[in-house]
Amino acid sequence: MTMTLTPVLSRIWDQPQSWTLPVYERNDGYQGLRAALQKAPGDVTQMVKDSELRGRGGAGFATGMKWGFIPQGGDKPVYLVVNADESEPGTCKDIPLMMANPHELLEGIVIASYAIRASHAFIYIRGEVVHVLRRLQAAVAEAYEAGYAGKDILGSGFDLEIIVHAGAGAYICGEETALLDSLEGRRGQPRLRPPFPAIAGLYASPTVINNVESIASVPSILRHGADWFRAMGTEARDDVADKDKPRFRSKGMTLFSLSGHVNRPGQYEAPMGITLRELLDLSGGVRTGHQLKFWTPGGSSTPILTAEHLDVPMSYEGIVGAGSMLGTKALQIFDETTCVVRAVLRWTEFYAHESCGKCTPCREGTFWLVQILRRLEQGKGDTEDFEKLEDICDTILGRSFCALGDGATSPITSSLEYFKDEYLAHFEHGGCPFDPAAATLFEPSAAQGAGGRTR
Amino acid sequence: MSQHTSRPSGFDAETRTRLEADAAEIVARYPQARSALLPLLHLVQSEEGYVSPHGIEFCADLLDLTAAEVAAVATFYTQYKRRPNGEYTVGVCTNTLCAIMGGDQIFATLKEHLGVGHDETTDDGTVTLEHLECNAACDYAPVVMVNWEFFDNQTPESATALVDGLRSGDLPIPTRGASLCTFKQVSRVLAGFYDGRADEGPAAGPATLAGLEIYREQQEAEREGKHSASKSATTEKDGDA
Repeated sequence: MTMTLTPVLSRIWDQPQSWTLPVYERNDGYQGLRAALQKAPGDVTQMVKDSELRGRGGAGFATGMKWGFIPQGGDKPVYLVVNADESEPGTCKDIPLMMANPHELLEGIVIASYAIRASHAFIYIRGEVVHVLRRLQAAVAEAYEAGYAGKDILGSGFDLEIIVHAGAGAYICGEETALLDSLEGRRGQPRLRPPFPAIAGLYASPTVINNVESIASVPSILRHGADWFRAMGTEARDDVADKDKPRFRSKGMTLFSLSGHVNRPGQYEAPMGITLRELLDLSGGVRTGHQLKFWTPGGSSTPILTAEHLDVPMSYEGIVGAGSMLGTKALQIFDETTCVVRAVLRWTEFYAHESCGKCTPCREGTFWLVQILRRLEQGKGDTEDFEKLEDICDTILGRSFCALGDGATSPITSSLEYFKDEYLAHFEHGGCPFDPAAATLFEPSAAQGAGGRTR
Repeated sequence: MSQHTSRPSGFDAETRTRLEADAAEIVARYPQARSALLPLLHLVQSEEGYVSPHGIEFCADLLDLTAAEVAAVATFYTQYKRRPNGEYTVGVCTNTLCAIMGGDQIFATLKEHLGVGHDETTDDGTVTLEHLECNAACDYAPVVMVNWEFFDNQTPESATALVDGLRSGDLPIPTRGASLCTFKQVSRVLAGFYDGRADEGPAAGPATLAGLEIYREQQEAEREGKHSASKSATTEKDGDA
């Protein structure tokens, strides 16, 4: 089967001034909102449920179902919070989306807010991408001016305030409850659940938190219908009972982000279920003259996979079946020049740096994982260190306060599963047997035009 | 807590009045005032180039918090600086993917070239060098950020030229972003004050458009395929005839 690309979110990114309202309007912009406002709010939620859209931020929870959890008719205001804190290593889809077409997100925000009857919507964007922040600020101003936000939106009587809020540098704020604490002006530390945000989220009010890409997918569903969306993607595996349950299949198009040792890194919007082999065939493959060694399907928190997984369908279930997670569909590709121990150590240093310190398994565990991995990389470890690593990972996994701790164990346990020999080679070699220069993209053989021109 | 006499005293009356007006605007955006704390910290940083002890006092006064409560938040986030920052923060991504693609070599080169380490500033006050964690531009690795603008696909040589430009005042142009402004100016945008520069720079770089471009080529090929298929069908008919 030949897989084709399906640009929906990315369809106007190559147009001049694609970030501006007139360009978006010329390309069906805000038609989805107009359609939504013709429906009752509950019907909009039903339509998103019918589409089987699932969260694009990592966990894959059904978006429409999440909206349906919001209690209606209470005396507390309802909030929508968009998680634009894209920071998972390898993940680079939401930032280019908001840079090229912030209105797709804004339209989704207004539709979602209408569906859940939210009075305020917040976009929590990481602070380290100032130009994307500008594009959002400008787009929100345009949306207010045109009557797509503010009071009595398009004469519907629906009011919505949209607030763009910049973070200040903390990976943990991508965790939804840490994000809420941060948005309330506190240290970004995760909260105990229950209560879930749908009951007590921002300011202890009912709150939906959705990823940027999830919300940006909503206008297309309103424009083309749930059936159109559901026509793309995978079916449940044959051996699954209850095959019609949305949680067993992956529908719609999504952004796959290809990076690393490939000839053409970038954003590839394709139906759920495309395989890495198909994507590499389409995009020009692994760096010429080299072979795939290992890859992440969805960022550094998803266990690494190898060349034996090239034909695994990249769907929520497909990747779980291969022992990993679809995550953010951040496909980081590493060829045979890469030292897996170096890669894993660096990821582990990241988790130790970003651990918020709230819970002991993660705070202490990530620290000790780094110490042991450093020793191993220097060739000073021994096989007992493997047991220590696995023991610490076992203490963190499932016992830490949030998914950051779980994520920290993924690269370690998966690399020990597939590449234990390479750890051992460090002992034998008395250090790293790889030449880091060979892995760089500016090796003479791979030298390409560098950006960052000077005036 | 008593004031440290060695530290500069608080904002002068004029500055304070101006900052209070900005702060009121920030607080008014939120249903609850404390949500304004992160933007307020960006605001005081835009005034002084870092979050100073009296910047913390200012935020605490406005939100009716203690200085300790504000400091606890300010020290949690890496973008808030606790000592005066250089005019330009040069952040080299050394998370795994960028590091392996060459970020480690870029950082080592800049460290040597500038004579400063992580979170240190050159003597002339222009450049603060930093290790960065993943900045969501992996398809442009290795990545360098200058004041949170993207410089994609860097090499040790291009990064050296980049910092030389910053130090000589011949400002490099970001690959995807607006022309560079100072650390203080950027902090003001982060506080939520739009600077009118959204229309600068491209919509996307080549990697962002990679899939879309291939799709357009496929469409084109399909059209041509259909065209030639109908042509050859005609030829066959002609042949039959």
